[in-house]
Amino acid sequence: MLKLTVNGRGHAVDVEPEMPLLWVLRDHLGLPGAKYGCGISQCGSCTVLADGEAVRSCILTAGQAVGRKIVTIEGLGKPGLHRLQKAWIEHEVPQCGYCQTGMIMAAAALLAKKPRPTDADIDDAMTNLCRCGTYARVRKAIHAAAAPVATVTPVNKA
Amino acid sequence: MSVSFARRDFLKASAAAGGGLALEFSFPVLANAARGTPATEVNAWVVIHPDDRVVVRIARSEMGQGTYTALAQLVAEELDCDWAKVTAEFASPNEHVRRKRIWGSMSTGGSQGVRGSHDYVRKAGAAAREMLVSAAAAQWKVPPAECSADKGVITHGPSKRRLRYGQVAAQAAKLDPPRDVALRDPKDWKIAGKPLHRLDIPDKVLGKPVFGTDVMLPGMLHASIAQCPVFGGKVKAVDSAEAERMRGVKKIVRAADFVAVVADSWWRANEALKKAKVEWDAGAHGAASDETILAMLREGLADPKAASAKRSGDAAGALATAAKVVEAEYSSPYLNHATMEPQVCTAWVKPDGFVEVWTSTQNGEASMAAAAETAGVPLEKVEVHKMMLGGGFGRRGAPQDFVKQGVAIAMAMPGKPVKMMWSREEDMQHGYYRPASLVRMRGGLDARGGVVAFEAKIACPSILSYLMPGSVRNGIDFTAVRTLHDMPYEIANQQVDYAMRNGHVPVGFWRAPGQQNGVYRECFLDELAHAAGKDPLQFRLDMLKAGDKNRLVLEAAAKAAGWGTPLAPGVGRGLAVVNGFGSYAAGVAEVSVDPSGALKVLRYVVAIDSGHVVNPDSCAAQAESNAVYGLGALFEANTVKDGRVQESNFHDFPLPMIGEMPRVELVLVPTGGFWGGHGEPGILPFQAAVLNAVFAATGKRVRTLPIRPGDLKRA
Repeated sequence: MLKLTVNGRGHAVDVEPEMPLLWVLRDHLGLPGAKYGCGISQCGSCTVLADGEAVRSCILTAGQAVGRKIVTIEGLGKPGLHRLQKAWIEHEVPQCGYCQTGMIMAAAALLAKKPRPTDADIDDAMTNLCRCGTYARVRKAIHAAAAPVATVTPVNKA
Repeated sequence: MSVSFARRDFLKASAAAGGGLALEFSFPVLANAARGTPATEVNAWVVIHPDDRVVVRIARSEMGQGTYTALAQLVAEELDCDWAKVTAEFASPNEHVRRKRIWGSMSTGGSQGVRGSHDYVRKAGAAAREMLVSAAAAQWKVPPAECSADKGVITHGPSKRRLRYGQVAAQAAKLDPPRDVALRDPKDWKIAGKPLHRLDIPDKVLGKPVFGTDVMLPGMLHASIAQCPVFGGKVKAVDSAEAERMRGVKKIVRAADFVAVVADSWWRANEALKKAKVEWDAGAHGAASDETILAMLREGLADPKAASAKRSGDAAGALATAAKVVEAEYSSPYLNHATMEPQVCTAWVKPDGFVEVWTSTQNGEASMAAAAETAGVPLEKVEVHKMMLGGGFGRRGAPQDFVKQGVAIAMAMPGKPVKMMWSREEDMQHGYYRPASLVRMRGGLDARGGVVAFEAKIACPSILSYLMPGSVRNGIDFTAVRTLHDMPYEIANQQVDYAMRNGHVPVGFWRAPGQQNGVYRECFLDELAHAAGKDPLQFRLDMLKAGDKNRLVLEAAAKAAGWGTPLAPGVGRGLAVVNGFGSYAAGVAEVSVDPSGALKVLRYVVAIDSGHVVNPDSCAAQAESNAVYGLGALFEANTVKDGRVQESNFHDFPLPMIGEMPRVELVLVPTGGFWGGHGEPGILPFQAAVLNAVFAATGKRVRTLPIRPGDLKRA
């Protein structure tokens, strides 16, 4: 049994220590917010926080996750929405949306370190891949979430 | 509301599982039913709850292109309901078949979502509104003509009495639908035509389980699959002794052309699959390579019996007497769709033979047919739950290979739901690729630099011959010849021939099928303009008739981009115009190329006339998407050696990253009167505009894709 802390809750899971955290989350804990995209730490769809750092859960093993505070999209901003999630909705960032939970988790780690990131900071930190091409809106939403709330411009509503 | 057998069955299964996973798992398709409130189906598209919530049924799939919301907007527009109370759900394919295909087409491709169904979905909204108004009028015993509807409230004009839609829906549903309904003039739209928030985005941002890969069912098992690396090959032998002993493994499934491992988690299935020793029979194509494929295409260019796609005037004669002849050969490689979500299918063969499927599909009905055929049951004994797609781009429509495999694996585990998901490596190496193609063009100029002749010889595999062979006509696959055989340019003498050369690599509809022809044509046009000593914009305008919408979008893009204005040193500007998928698109790109040859696309201005525009923000998102998809295709390739695709993951099939995205500016120039698409048109002029800008910046013509490191290095 491995003892994991995910989204503030302790879990005892009967898995091999070498099983990547991604599969513990998805198939054993019923938390499918982190996605499988490549399995080799290339795409970032599986990004979660480990002690506040953005990590690729497809290569972080369950054994390595023991003793670290893991946060997934399901636990981000509880209660309510994280300011990044609000900005993501306001700026209509996702298209298909598959990579977006990983994007948001990577952005959360970035903002925790750099509350007002520059474009260059974003280029360096946001190495997640998106096949739909949402990058411009990802950038816009990160800036909006970083800035004072009043600068978030809502999309027109009927 | 009519709830299908399959849906009820699923709800029961979820409820029985109690807490935990099943409660977490809220399918969009079940959202309203799961709440347990009685709702009324006013007609197939419109379901209304007593508290006025409106659920719009959507038959097309959602893969990020925004159709789910756009179609709901069109229905809501005519229904005159309160948009804040609108949600959507996917129509059930099983119900669709049993109700004589009441929702029209479920196919989602060719940018058809809105343009192929706007008429019947708007009529459904309008018919429901009339029925609701009539029901209220009957309750008041007044003529319906004295009543009006707005934001879900019906008002009797003379008495000012009011009834909400939720109060009369049950009565309205009993009325005969009107035979004919008037549709609102788009200029009066209040809900359609507006940049409303997409309905599917909040769940995606919250990480709710909406995708095919997110399906969780009680007692569900997981499967990973290995297919013969050489296309067309078979399984010869499997030594699965070691795999079978591994933790969590339930079964090794051997089929003619794949081996799958079923286990209690996907990782365990995939680890065991790596230990299964599979011997493959490569079949006839184990020696195929990029070289043999190129030779096949080159032989096609010389084929005297190539099918004729266009003959007007006398191209050969005009070329023989032209003042100047320009000749060029362009080519591009096979390309995978590389959807971020790999192919996936969950299937459950019930004890009574009913087959339930959850999948990310671009065509729910095609998935249903594939499942029924594989399981050997009638269509009525299959239900397909359409999940949100983690990208589609054409991969998940016609082939349905993943559904056939998923059902075959589930049949080996009767009574157990099995989620089969491909590894990224399988996904990269078993696509239905954009065809590789080779095109040779010749253009003749007269003494004044006018184009007197155009000739194109096309050699490429035919998508239709793979996926819809009945649609090939006289040797012509329209996706292989489009943009070259139907040019808007006024050129007196034209000849276009197509040599179908299919090879062994499966090909499929890749975002804007045939888009390479637009790249070739518009780059070649630039070569002709250069040879004629003319400005590329004026050169094109001189050949476009007044009133041609290609001309309109070209002028709009050029104006917005500041065509002809000075640029920073080292920056080049290029343009292109291509129509397709019901719309007209013109793009202007600005690029820089550094001395090492690194290309950076700085800006892409694209003007699109789609006739009507249903959600301008979704259109802008699609323009951005097409730019990034097109950008990737300048550098990506799937290469073939020993009969197999060599690339295996994103390390050797690199996608553009955030810092590479150009500034994308969409200029909407909707002229009304027709319905064009937005999912694909934005990509049509992209690559040609970029490559023409590369020429402007460097003097180098890129005629062979992909661009390899060093290709643009300064000499």
